[in-house]
Amino acid sequence: MTILTKFKFIRFVVPILVFMSCALSCERNSQNPSIQKEHSIKIKGSDTMVNLAQAWAEAFMRDHPQSLIAVTGGGSGTGIAALISSTCDIAETSRKMKPKEQEEAKANGINPVEMTVALDGLAVVVNPENPIDRLTIDELSDIFTGKIRNWKDVRGEDLPIVLLSREVNSGTHVYFKEHILRKGDPKRTEEFDDRSLLMPSSQSIADEIAQNPNAIGYYGIGYSSPTQKILAIAQDYNHPYFLPTIENIKNGNYYISRPLLMYSNGEPAGWIKDFIDFILSPEGQKIVEDVDFVPIQ
Amino acid sequence: MKHFKEFLIEKVIWFCGVTSIVIVVLIFIFLLKEGLSLFKHVNLVDFLFGRKWYPISDPPHFGIFPLVLGSLTVTLGATVIAVPLGIASAIYIAEIASPRIKEILKSGIEMIAAIPSVVIGFIGMTTLVPFIKHYLNLPTGLTAFSGALMLAFMAMPTIVSIAEDAITAVPHKYKEAALALGATRWQAIWRVVLRAASSGIVAAIMLGIGRVIGETMAVMMVTGNAAHIPESLFEPVRTMTATIAAEMGETVQHSEHYFALFAIGIVLFIITFIINLIADLSIHRHRE
Repeated sequence: MTILTKFKFIRFVVPILVFMSCALSCERNSQNPSIQKEHSIKIKGSDTMVNLAQAWAEAFMRDHPQSLIAVTGGGSGTGIAALISSTCDIAETSRKMKPKEQEEAKANGINPVEMTVALDGLAVVVNPENPIDRLTIDELSDIFTGKIRNWKDVRGEDLPIVLLSREVNSGTHVYFKEHILRKGDPKRTEEFDDRSLLMPSSQSIADEIAQNPNAIGYYGIGYSSPTQKILAIAQDYNHPYFLPTIENIKNGNYYISRPLLMYSNGEPAGWIKDFIDFILSPEGQKIVEDVDFVPIQ
Repeated sequence: MKHFKEFLIEKVIWFCGVTSIVIVVLIFIFLLKEGLSLFKHVNLVDFLFGRKWYPISDPPHFGIFPLVLGSLTVTLGATVIAVPLGIASAIYIAEIASPRIKEILKSGIEMIAAIPSVVIGFIGMTTLVPFIKHYLNLPTGLTAFSGALMLAFMAMPTIVSIAEDAITAVPHKYKEAALALGATRWQAIWRVVLRAASSGIVAAIMLGIGRVIGETMAVMMVTGNAAHIPESLFEPVRTMTATIAAEMGETVQHSEHYFALFAIGIVLFIITFIINLIADLSIHRHRE
C-alpha cells in the first residue's frame, strides 16, 4: 500500500524538519570557524559594529599578512555570550555588560576588560512621506511604549503608528529601552509595547521604513539612506532639536548617542593588544569616520 | 561463510535501526532536561498562560501565551487555506485528470517541497508583504495572514500527495458500483470515494498541519514577530519556532532564558507529537 509507505516516510520527515528548525538556532550559537593561521583573532557581537570591525580587520590584515581576524555578528548579547563561553577572543558590543553577565563571566573564569573604540548615534527614522520631522524624548518614550498609537497625537496625520524594534539579542534594543523608554532611569520599568515588530536586523528595519509610511524605527546612523527620513530629537520642549550629525554627536548635543565597546578576556595582550592599539590609532579612528560612525577623539 | 555474512548484515541493519531510536530518545531526554530546569525558577501556569514575553528584562517575564496563540493563529490560517485547496487538487489528480496532466501536476506539486523555506520566506517578504499591506489597507503587511499564506503553500505538497494516494487506493469497484447505480460522477466521488478514503485524508491534513507548526524561517521573515495576543489574522504575531530561532543565539548557556527556550521546544514537541498521533491512529483505522 503506497499510502502507508509514504505516510511512514513523512512521519519521520516532519519531526526531522522540526528539529532542523531548532538546530538552525543552535547553529548560530556555535559558529566558530576554526581558522588555522598563525595568529587568529575571533571577534563576535553587535550587528551595528560588524561593518566597522570588518573594516578594521581588513586594514590590520593588510599590514600584518600573517594574522587572520574573523568577524561575525549576531548581536551584542550573542558576542558577550560567546566571550563567556570562550568561543571568541573579543566581544564587540553596543551596550555595557549587565551585572548578571559579569557574574556569569566570573563563574566561567572569564575576566572581561572593557574598551571604548568609537561612538555611535542612533537615528530615529520614518518614511519620507511622513510629515513629522522632529520629536522629543518624552514623545518617543510614549510612542514606543504604546501610549501614543496614532501619528495625529504628535502633530502628524491620522494614521496608526507601526513600531519597529530590533530583536532582544540586539544591544541597540537594550540601549533604546534603557535610554529612551526609561529615560536613563534604572528604577523605571517601561517596556517596548508588545505590538512592536521585532525585526531580525537593522537592514530589515530600513527596508520596512522605506515602504511603510506608518512605521517608525531606530538604528545606528550608518544604516540611513535617502529612502528613510531621520528625525531631529530634543530632550524636551525647552531644549533645541538636533540631528545626529557627526558634529552634534561629538560635542554631545545629540541626545541618543552611545559608546561602542570591545571586551577582551583579561588585559589585551599579544596580537589582540596590537589590534586594539591599531583601532585606537589615528589610522584606525579614520576608518571609524569612513564607515559613518563617530571617532572617540 | 554464507551463514556468517548473513549474520553480519543482519547485525549491521539491527545496529542502524537501534541507533536512530537511541538518537531520538537522547534528543528527547536532552530537551526535557534543559526545558524542565526552567520550572525551578518559573511556575508552569505563569509560563503557559503568562501574557508577557520579556525574556531579558529584570525581572524577566516568560509568558508564552501570546507565542502559543501566534503559532496557532498562523497554523489555523494556513490549514483553512491549504486543506480545501489541497484536497480539491488531490481529487482532481486522482479522479479527473488525464494521465499526462496527472503526471505533470504530481511532479509539479511535489517540486514545491524542494524549495528551501528561507527562499519562500524571502519571496514572501519582498512580494507578498507589500502587496497585502497595500490591498488590504493594513498598517503593516507583516501579519499572521502573510505567514498563513506562505505556510499554506508549504503544506500543499504533503497534503496533496498523501490525500491523492489515499484516494487512488480506494478500490475501483466502489466507484463502478456507484456509477452503475445511477450516481453522477460527482456523486460517486463525493459520497463514495471520499468517504472510503476519509481516514487517509485526515492523515494528510494532520501531517500538513505538523509541517506548518514546525516551520521557522519563512514565518520569522513575514509575521513581524510581535509577542502580542492577536485579535485577528491581520495582526503581527510571534510564533514559538521563530522565538527559539531568534533568541537562542543570544542566551548564555544554562541561563533562565536558555531554559525557557528549551521549555518552548517541549511545548512544540508535545503539539507535534499529538498531531502525529492523530495521523497515526487515523492511518491504522484506514488499514483495518
